[in-house]
Amino acid sequence: MTGISNVRELLTRNLRQSGIFVAFVAIVALFTILTDGTLLSPTNLTNIVLQYSYILVLAIGMVIVIIGGHIDLSVGSVAALAGAVSAVLVIREGVPWWVGVLAGITVGLLAGAWQGFWVAFVGIPAFITTLAGMLLFRGLTFRVLDNISLSPFPPEYAKIATGFQNGLLGGDGYDVFTLVIFGFAVAGYVFTQIRARRAAVAYEQTVAATPLFITKLVAVAAVVMWFAWQLANSRGLPNVLIILAVLIIVYTIVTTRTVFGRHVYAIGGNLTAATLSGVKVKWVNFGIMLNMGLLAGVAGVIFSSRTNGAQPAAGNLFELDAIAASFIGGAAVTGGVGRVSGAIVGGLIMAVMSNGMQLMGVDQSIQQVVKGLVLLLAVAFDVWNKKRAGAR
Amino acid sequence: MTDNILEMRNISKEFPGVKALSEVNLTVRDGEIHAICGENGAGKSTLMKVLSGVYPHGSYTGEIHFEGNEARFGSINDSEDAGVVIIHQELALVPHLTVAENIFLGNEVRGRGGLIDWNAANHKAKTLMNRVGLHENPVTPVGQLGVGKQQLIEIAKALSKDVRLLILDEPTAALNDSDSDHLLSLLKGLQKEGITSIMISHKLGEIERVADRTTIIRDGKTIETIVMSDPDSTQDRIIRGMVGRDLEHRYPERIDHTIGEELLRVVDWTVHHPTQPNRVMVDHANFYVREGEVVGIAGLMGAGRTELAMSIFGRTYGRDTSGQVLKRGEPISTKSVSEAINNGIAYATEDRKKYGLNLIEDIRRNISAAALKKLSSRGFINGHEELSIAEAYRNSMNIKTPSVLQLAGNLSGGNQQKVVLSKWMYTDADVMILDEPTRGIDVGAKYEIYTIVNSLAAQGKGVVVISSELPELLGTCDRIYTLAFGRITGCLTAEEATPEALMTLMTQDKEAASDNDADAKEQDR
Repeated sequence: MTGISNVRELLTRNLRQSGIFVAFVAIVALFTILTDGTLLSPTNLTNIVLQYSYILVLAIGMVIVIIGGHIDLSVGSVAALAGAVSAVLVIREGVPWWVGVLAGITVGLLAGAWQGFWVAFVGIPAFITTLAGMLLFRGLTFRVLDNISLSPFPPEYAKIATGFQNGLLGGDGYDVFTLVIFGFAVAGYVFTQIRARRAAVAYEQTVAATPLFITKLVAVAAVVMWFAWQLANSRGLPNVLIILAVLIIVYTIVTTRTVFGRHVYAIGGNLTAATLSGVKVKWVNFGIMLNMGLLAGVAGVIFSSRTNGAQPAAGNLFELDAIAASFIGGAAVTGGVGRVSGAIVGGLIMAVMSNGMQLMGVDQSIQQVVKGLVLLLAVAFDVWNKKRAGAR
Repeated sequence: MTDNILEMRNISKEFPGVKALSEVNLTVRDGEIHAICGENGAGKSTLMKVLSGVYPHGSYTGEIHFEGNEARFGSINDSEDAGVVIIHQELALVPHLTVAENIFLGNEVRGRGGLIDWNAANHKAKTLMNRVGLHENPVTPVGQLGVGKQQLIEIAKALSKDVRLLILDEPTAALNDSDSDHLLSLLKGLQKEGITSIMISHKLGEIERVADRTTIIRDGKTIETIVMSDPDSTQDRIIRGMVGRDLEHRYPERIDHTIGEELLRVVDWTVHHPTQPNRVMVDHANFYVREGEVVGIAGLMGAGRTELAMSIFGRTYGRDTSGQVLKRGEPISTKSVSEAINNGIAYATEDRKKYGLNLIEDIRRNISAAALKKLSSRGFINGHEELSIAEAYRNSMNIKTPSVLQLAGNLSGGNQQKVVLSKWMYTDADVMILDEPTRGIDVGAKYEIYTIVNSLAAQGKGVVVISSELPELLGTCDRIYTLAFGRITGCLTAEEATPEALMTLMTQDKEAASDNDADAKEQDR
């Protein structure tokens, strides 16, 4: 039964997933008007990417944790500890910068394994385990740093988060390399979309009408290339954007194409059914927490590189931003539902809102109020949407 | 002045697609103990829920007259105000609260200023506890007491509400013999105080002992009400009333019917309750299933059917499990679900929504959930193959859905069950244990499920069907084991089995069961 659905059907059927993109566009539009276009200026776009990259990295791990039916409150502390250990090694002990990077990531992995052990094999709820971890790893951070900040890192380390790829292929005032990379990305996107649509048609699934499909592709391509143009006109391609893109692609594949990813959805959707289907629930839970630790380590390295040093209080409240990003991005509070792409858009919504309000000079306290309300409304929307679906 | 405390006239109740009660009549005399008997799913509990206002007035048709007046209960509160109190099979006590707190929960003893007067409450609780023969401190947390005592607290709670008609749903199902004994004497005692009781029970011995009259319900209809003092009111008569119905044309013909070698044998299987280690849920059970054979396990609620199956399937139930599982004569380990699956055992649960399916996931991914190994290499799932396999099962199992990308939660019960069966068939299991495979499924879909069971047997698989519907077992199985109170009490071939014979074995008490167990072992060899 091949069906062609119109725009309205698509929107209502997938309100949970598509609503978030609509909201994102609306928020961008709103703040563009409120800031007289400063929001979309080349420099500011670059800044948004640099400022919120580590939250997005954390959001990728967090959405997987949430799909599995858990929560992680410790990622800020783990990120801080990773940055601190790296800083102590590189700045105080003078080891090469890449050893610091590896050490930071290893710290994240160890923290993840520690919490995974308690959650998966002892059966302590993740909320409690990571609440303890939040205190524990924060304490260790203070200990490692002797309560003082360390800086600066050697330039190679600092470049991880603040460096750019620029001028590799030349270009007069704009970076050709950036444009070429983005061009490949858009081509890849269009190719996979067309292939997925062909497969869907072959399996007689409902797909969007052809004009609608083409409009969507053209719109996405135009927005992305415009974004690339802006970057190319500014400082070029930020290194963190490359890291982020790789992570997004890898984790999209992990969540949608691998056995591990499928098992995460299964235990979050119905734990007993998953157990009775032979899913090794303990090991999957361990893997979820281990992976969160790994990404917290990566975020810690990026953050320490961006601030060019390590501070005892670094990463404070990162967990809340990451959790908020996941929920705004359509993850279900009860587990079993969520997407990496959703979490990224959720994170970008938070980023654009913060950045926009900063540009407008809104007071920090009001910013908090607004972010809190947005999170509440996003989850309220999810609950309402579920009720509506149940009522049918 | 009528001497009937309760008359329920022409009660009918429909759920979407199912007629649960049709024109049921029940008359209870003032001061009697009235037993209600029927198979699982006959409509006993639905009838009691109508009576107690769980299903409010207007959601059923018919009339209820209580103490001479027409009663229109809109909620449990209404019925309790009138003096009708129901005690459910799953006790509704809060384990961390004390006995007194539980007795007065929702009905607290108020003192001055609206605050609870705990001294008065505890004192009143003590009086009530004495009435039910419970000699405990009223400030003991309920969780520290055994199930038998908790049952007494429920009754004390009912007494605190000035109960006129007490309804007990399987009150002794979870109790040991001495606790059951005490409870039944208590009911007799309350009867002398003028309290009328309705007791739903499967235990015919108990019914003979305490009930004045018994109403038998079958398929949502009243069959008859018998006076227990009448010499004709034997257990046989009750059993006949509970099971008698025509069996023709409900079950597909078996073709290709050859029984081969022994596939699976379970030896001396014993399982204890997960939180009450002293309670034996399955007691030295022995059974086997051969290639191409459909074996039934019959047992009433609480007999240990699901406990037996789940403990075999990866120890997903119980603790201190002992015994052996042999596959084609070789001992195998089924300590984890994946081991059980790898050894070719599949288990489709009795509650597919809660335990069998991920309702917020699509049909395709539910079908592949237990055999992702087959679909993946190096951890990556082959999505195209997954989709085509789901499509293949949709066709072969006749799953009625516009697309396998629909959520499993959107399917009807029968189609959900087909998804569950597809999932287990795709694991290439040799032995399929199907727990209540047709519960909550309409008649047409049931026929399809039976056809699938037949075709599985025709492919040489061993099928174990656990069911509380005797006709279903008689219509589909080659051999039927009976289970009562955790023990296998007998094994009858399709030729030997009659509903009456099975029901007799299923309601056997413990001493008789252990005698028969020895016989059954004898027959096995």
